[in-house]
Amino acid sequence: MNAIGALGRNVLSLLGSAGAMVLFGLSGVSHLLRPPFYGRLFLRSFIDFAYFSLPVVALTAIFSGMVIALQSYTGFSRYGATSAIANIVLISVVRELAPVLAGLMVAGRVGAAMAAELGTMRVTDQIDALRTLSTDPMKYLVAPRLLAGLLALPLLVLVADVLGVGGGFLIATAKLGFEPHTYITNTVAFLNTADVVLSVVKAAVFGIIVSLMGCYYGYNSRGGAQGVGAATTSAVVSASILILAFDYVLTELFFSR
Amino acid sequence: MTETPQAGTPKIRIRGLRKAFGAKQVLDGIDLDVAAGTSMVVIGGSGSGKSVLLKCILGLVEPDSGTIEIDGQDLACLDQPARQALRAQIGMLFQNSALFDSLPVWENVAFGLLAQHQVSRAQARTRAAEMLGQVGLGPDVGGLYPAELSGGMQKRVGLARAIAGGGRILLFDEPTTGLDPIMGAIIDGLIADCVRRLGSTALAITHDMASAARIGDRAAMLFGGRLVWQGEAAQLLDSGNPMVDQFTHGRRDGPIQMELRG
Ligand SMILES: Nc1ncnc2c1ncn2[C@@H]1O[C@H](COP(=O)(O)OP(=O)(O)O)[C@@H](O)[C@H]1O
Ligand SMILES: [Mg+2]
Repeated sequence: MNAIGALGRNVLSLLGSAGAMVLFGLSGVSHLLRPPFYGRLFLRSFIDFAYFSLPVVALTAIFSGMVIALQSYTGFSRYGATSAIANIVLISVVRELAPVLAGLMVAGRVGAAMAAELGTMRVTDQIDALRTLSTDPMKYLVAPRLLAGLLALPLLVLVADVLGVGGGFLIATAKLGFEPHTYITNTVAFLNTADVVLSVVKAAVFGIIVSLMGCYYGYNSRGGAQGVGAATTSAVVSASILILAFDYVLTELFFSR
Repeated sequence: MTETPQAGTPKIRIRGLRKAFGAKQVLDGIDLDVAAGTSMVVIGGSGSGKSVLLKCILGLVEPDSGTIEIDGQDLACLDQPARQALRAQIGMLFQNSALFDSLPVWENVAFGLLAQHQVSRAQARTRAAEMLGQVGLGPDVGGLYPAELSGGMQKRVGLARAIAGGGRILLFDEPTTGLDPIMGAIIDGLIADCVRRLGSTALAITHDMASAARIGDRAAMLFGGRLVWQGEAAQLLDSGNPMVDQFTHGRRDGPIQMELRG
């Protein structure tokens, strides 16, 4: 009962702050359109987001591709439809697993770090200090991170798409006795531009969500070390919830046409 | 609208400044003048709203009512660029220095220059070394990160950053809190030197009496959201005002009853 109450409170507070978050995000984006631009800071966020998340995202993708191959084989061998496995791995990795799992991973890795960094800057007056030095913290801190999220996660997810399918291939050929050439031919035959586009669009949206939650909760944190801890938790929890919610919405939009 | 302030116009002029957070009236009608080229110290207990007063001047906190004038110009009546230009001449030393810990010391010091005047990074680095010299730090400190410095050195770097913009107006938030008495005296000495050398108008906030006497020409006491006393800094210890007396002599009994809840 308590857990359900906590979940309810989380969802309610998320809805309650939704307006403030959207305004915060729009203000951040508007700074991307007006100089000065902080290319150096964007680059640093981008490298942190894309390059340093690569190992985590890669491992997640490979293992989930492997698991999908194994699960669908045990499930479908009863119906003798094992040739469909290449297709199942492809669709589930590209449409769902790669963007969602990569999004959740970077929410834990990058989103948490953003919230902690900005939160610490807030409670140690560094954000105020920026303003006294003729620098807009929204432009200096938030805008580069939003752009980094928007651009970095699609890149990561493309890599995750390939590696996830590769993980499935590994299990299918090494363990389940598929012929490598046939498996690859099947995969290429099922490959579909729309699925890849969906994958990348989801990634871009999730990237923005991760950066926005990290920045929003960090920027608005109060109350010392405890406040920074709470901001970090909120950033990860709400980014995760929003990623799953938007995953549904985007899938619905994409296939209802 | 007067472009050049006449002689006699205070550099900073505050009238009827009020600010509440929720139900808590933190500032309740502050009137304060700081004449050009002088130093004012405001003393007051913890949580009495001293930092909020500085943040109102800096535009970090929006006052509920009242006016803040710099060089005779009401900040609220100016457009955004003019207001920013006026505020760009204010240097601020934060209570905990508030150095940017992701940047090396020299970039901290030159941050305002880089943000504003578009000097090259090489020029900025030279200027930063000069500023560090003015607060008694060698140029090699410029390459360190703030986390590698002691509290006293961080204060020096914070002071260098505050004066890097020219230092026409300097604000200090408890510059000696958290330092040992000797380091406190050294920082006070540096502040007094900088203010004199640059001809700055300074507003410092403190609850350290020795510091108040070293930095200030004039002094004021903040209590209950108002300035309950103003006078010469030299008179702080024998002001004749019972509240100031209780505060400066650190007595438990007197007109001030410490609030135990916010
Ligand atoms: N941003 C804020 N939101 C809510 N309350 C605040 C905020 N800033 C300051 N306060 C409250 O205002 C009061 C005065 O704070 P402050 O000016 O920091 O005190 P001090 O005199 O010690 O510097 C405190 O009770 C503090 O809780
Ligand atoms: Mg304070």
